[in-house]
Amino acid sequence: MGEDKAMASRPLDIGTIIGNRVLDGASHVGRLFYFTLDAIRGLAEVKIWWPRAMAEAWNIGVGSLFIVLLISSFAGAVTALQTGYQFTGSIPYYVVGTLVVSSIVLELGPVLTALILAGRIGARYAAELGTMRVTEQIDALESLGRSPASHLVVPRIVAGLIMIPVLTVLANVTGILAGWWSVKLVLPVTDADFTYGAQSYWRPWDAWYSVIKSFFFAGSITLISCYMGFSTQQGAEGVGKSTTGAVVTSSVLILLLDTLLTRLLLNQ
Amino acid sequence: MITLRGVKKRFGSQVVLDGVDFEVQEGETVALLGPSGTGKSVLLKSIIGLIKPDAGTVVVDEKEVFHLKRRELAELRSHIGYVFQNGALFDSMDVTENVRLGITNEEQYNDLDYVHKRVKQCLELVNLQPEAVAPKYPAELSGGMRKRVGIARAIAGEPKYLLYDEPTSGLDPVNADIIDGLVQRLSQELGVTSVMVTHDVRGAFRVANRLALLTGGKIVMQGTPQEFLASQHPQVKEFLERDFDNPSFAA
Repeated sequence: MGEDKAMASRPLDIGTIIGNRVLDGASHVGRLFYFTLDAIRGLAEVKIWWPRAMAEAWNIGVGSLFIVLLISSFAGAVTALQTGYQFTGSIPYYVVGTLVVSSIVLELGPVLTALILAGRIGARYAAELGTMRVTEQIDALESLGRSPASHLVVPRIVAGLIMIPVLTVLANVTGILAGWWSVKLVLPVTDADFTYGAQSYWRPWDAWYSVIKSFFFAGSITLISCYMGFSTQQGAEGVGKSTTGAVVTSSVLILLLDTLLTRLLLNQ
Repeated sequence: MITLRGVKKRFGSQVVLDGVDFEVQEGETVALLGPSGTGKSVLLKSIIGLIKPDAGTVVVDEKEVFHLKRRELAELRSHIGYVFQNGALFDSMDVTENVRLGITNEEQYNDLDYVHKRVKQCLELVNLQPEAVAPKYPAELSGGMRKRVGIARAIAGEPKYLLYDEPTSGLDPVNADIIDGLVQRLSQELGVTSVMVTHDVRGAFRVANRLALLTGGKIVMQGTPQEFLASQHPQVKEFLERDFDNPSFAA
């Protein structure tokens, strides 16, 4: 008892704090691994998850369309305006088409869309599942002999894997159109210049690269937010922590994956 | 038959169950009593495999719950109805869909005629009007109604065992009596084996044919209501004392 009290009153040193964090992180990685395995097993129950996935895809697609298109429009416009600002006259105007299209398709479209959706869909998934966890709805599903993975996790992941790449393609198109329109406000660029520039350095692989990246981002947003929701503890405060954790972790993961995929897929 | 032997569970430094031995024979209704926070719900959840004990064995129908494979556990769970403390109804589904999820036979679950009939039957069994309640969402129901829908969901799969986690907690005495009466009636009409976790002594004496008192991580006494009343065990006396003084208990 006396020893316990002494332990409790001893201030935590930096080594202990780091050690605890490392152990906590390792335990999350282990649990995430088993959670992913559960989700893969849940794929076998197609009849259960397919209708739910379609409803969820419709929800997140329609619900996120406006904000994704709005932000991609601004991103395209700002890219074009800044390009115009940096043009001093020695560079041919058609290059602006190349810059806008490449910036949007290769980077801004997929990454901005993923970051917006990490906030919108990731937070929603974590909060929904977290609330279900603390109100014992997930336990109830298990107690009925049903798989929470096929009822709750797989539909959300599949919906994200379908809709996030679709939203990314729409964001790319909107961003390019907004950039095209904006650049004409600040530079004497004709439509012919812009399309010539856009086509000159265009490779079909760029579009695939954009979609492949968004697919990976979708996987990380949906998996992390579902995992965070399922791991929720301690009531309303726990739901808040899970939601914040889901958004922060998936945002960091998006940026890490972005670097990794750029290195792997564009290093040809 | 449900048998727990030497079940131990701790959360961090807090020992919740410290070698619990507990048995439920077929057909009986057992009330597991104890003060709040003594691990009654943990014990109940370990029976259905929702919380894994640190040590000990949990056997249901001669099957060791924590040695079962995923499918075997799902199959075992399909014979056990679990009534959660706050109903644990699915917010996003109406009452019909909530009760339908309790139908554990997949063929019946997908047969819409059967579903309609069974949902109606289960809601009537728990004294709810199907026409009025079935299309509602859990948020539109009162606490007592939510508990009754939770019971309807638990019985929809025609279980052999019914586990109730504090079915009357948070209810006014009238609604608590309705739920107690329901537990008793379901045991008699459906012939299920029931385990009811509660700290409501009055309800337990009314419903159960055997009682068990869990305190300090152990079952300190098991017996009939009469044996409990006659007991000189200090913890049993202490636990019952408050309700003995209550006129409604005496009545």
